Amino acid sequence: MATLTEAPPPLTPTAPEKKPPRKRGRLTPYWLLLPGILWLIVFFALPMIYQASTSVQTGSLEAGYKVTWHFATYWDALSEYWPQFLRSIAYAASATVLCLLLGYPLAYLIAFRAGRWKNLVMILVIAPFFTSFLIRTLAWKTILADGGPVVGALNTLHVLDITGWLGWTAGDRVLATPMAVVCGLTYNFLPFMILPLYTSLERIDGRLHEAAGDLYARPWTTFRKVTFPLSMPGVVSGTLLTFIPAAGDYVNAELLGSTDTRMIGNVIQTQFLRILDYPTAAALSFILMAGILLMVTVYIRRSGTEDLV
Amino acid sequence: MKTTDSSGDVRLSGISKTYGSFTAVHPLDLTVPQGSFFALLGASGCGKTTTLRMIAGLEEPTTGTVRLGDQDVTALPPYKRPVNTVFQSYALFPHLDIFENVAFGLRRRGIKSVKKQVEDMLELVQLGEQARKKPHQLSGGQQQRVAVARALINHPKVLLLDEPLGALDLKLRRQMQLELKRIQTEVGITFVHVTHDQEEAMTMADTVAVMNAGRVEQLGAPTDLYENPQTTFVANFLGTSNLIEAEVDTKSGDDIVLKAGGGKLVLPEARCSAPTTAGGRVLVGVRPEKISLTHADDAGEIPEGRNRVTGRIADASFIGVSTQYVIDSPVCDELAVYVQNVERDGRLVPGAEVVLHWNPAHTFGLDATQDIDAGIEEEAV
Repeated sequence: MATLTEAPPPLTPTAPEKKPPRKRGRLTPYWLLLPGILWLIVFFALPMIYQASTSVQTGSLEAGYKVTWHFATYWDALSEYWPQFLRSIAYAASATVLCLLLGYPLAYLIAFRAGRWKNLVMILVIAPFFTSFLIRTLAWKTILADGGPVVGALNTLHVLDITGWLGWTAGDRVLATPMAVVCGLTYNFLPFMILPLYTSLERIDGRLHEAAGDLYARPWTTFRKVTFPLSMPGVVSGTLLTFIPAAGDYVNAELLGSTDTRMIGNVIQTQFLRILDYPTAAALSFILMAGILLMVTVYIRRSGTEDLV
Repeated sequence: MKTTDSSGDVRLSGISKTYGSFTAVHPLDLTVPQGSFFALLGASGCGKTTTLRMIAGLEEPTTGTVRLGDQDVTALPPYKRPVNTVFQSYALFPHLDIFENVAFGLRRRGIKSVKKQVEDMLELVQLGEQARKKPHQLSGGQQQRVAVARALINHPKVLLLDEPLGALDLKLRRQMQLELKRIQTEVGITFVHVTHDQEEAMTMADTVAVMNAGRVEQLGAPTDLYENPQTTFVANFLGTSNLIEAEVDTKSGDDIVLKAGGGKLVLPEARCSAPTTAGGRVLVGVRPEKISLTHADDAGEIPEGRNRVTGRIADASFIGVSTQYVIDSPVCDELAVYVQNVERDGRLVPGAEVVLHWNPAHTFGLDATQDIDAGIEEEAV
């Protein structure tokens, strides 16, 4: 081994000859990055700075807004709208858990058992994207309509009694309740869970399952000790891709919910477009962003996926 | 490790495997005795890995039974069989460190205090220092040893090795062959080793089964297979053989006298696996290193009683230990002759007329109805 590592030194005298071509190409990566960086500056960095400055402005629509470093807006926004913040996190978390519970078996099936049906099932997973987000959410309004077959069935099966007791539904209604909003969120973000799960499950070497079986692991133990840990990168990216947009979503709460199920997205939307209180809206956006960033950081640290290959 | 113990015997009876219309393994009977090092040798696609996987329980046999000792395990899933496998390219768990990889089998069987056992096992394969590394941080040879340790720690009745050295470079492979042989002698467990490398099979195994197209062609100790092959496939796949077409002339005592290209060759009857009726055709075989080469001018010095064939040197390549000649002869276009470089005769250069001669006891006879080139292509891979 030692003799092998000693081999490189004779190469060093010839190294300078290699330099010229390397110098020529040195700027290439930056040129390649340029379009992307410009795009990000114009459409991400500048709006962010603009929003940040808006959030510390005071004034009125008539008199105009001025930057007065009025950080109290943040405190006021938080103290007034904390229930909506908590509700957003709760709904997004519920939807994420539901997505994981629904998506994992499906992704597992596609990755290991679908055989020649694999592509067809994948297309079915992606198919909803061909229709508008709004149309799909509106469709749920019909599905969950009062007195419709779904609500009828849930009622007959006494499911609504349980969900009603838990506070997820109200009386004979599903529409305009937390359950409707969470169902909408789950439905809309499910593909974002399935795709990364599928990708990381599919990468698992089938021989690892055989090796686990060979080493006395029953199928369920094999799943717990080998398959699931190896699919963690997919679980983490899937939950992030579901949770982050779900926490900021307002369409589902708008179309399927009521005033009691307003999420923080609805508040921001109202502040911006109806009340026209730009500083509060901007401050709320930043609080949401900071909150999600914090939670995501803690989550990634805790799940320890950094050293998963 | 009592030798009379038969609990580690592997008994396959009438075992076969078909995939649709393709037969991977034809009905096969095989007994691997407890404590032996058994090799399944053959080219890729010959059914050797399928046979191994049926013993492991990873593949369900189409017909037949697998027995370990007295227990019929045919219907048992892999996790209930007292066998362990060293997989091709190892299949180590990438998310677990070396210690946990090795401890995996013990933990699954509910053994709580694994530390001592795992450390001892890592010591046996000389990886004590690497316990907390992840598999991808180790070299190929080290990963291979982890795979062996992970299987051996469970004290299986049988250890199955599926081309375990295939991914290693030549030098490391030779080293690991000796290492595995040492471990096998030390632990006394039955090893069933699948390989396409005939040298590897011969170096390590007590018994080798040569497989071809889903059938066992010949089974025996490496020396038996090499010295007395029963089929052209075995003759060509294990080392190199010169096969000469000949016609049975007469029988004299225990020997058969054959006519080939105008000359006569003698073959001990016991070493002929083909029917020998007068006038019948037989393939006469001899290994290249058994043949001596004498320049035609000195033909008179060759002792009586040796098989002789005349020819002309077509090619000679010096490879250090020996010189390999290709001889163009009336009995066969290309006869290979390996001569040790002890005292080189300067006249033995391409174009020289020579006499090839060998002790008739080294001759073997094969059925001439077989494909004379069987097993040649595969060996080149």
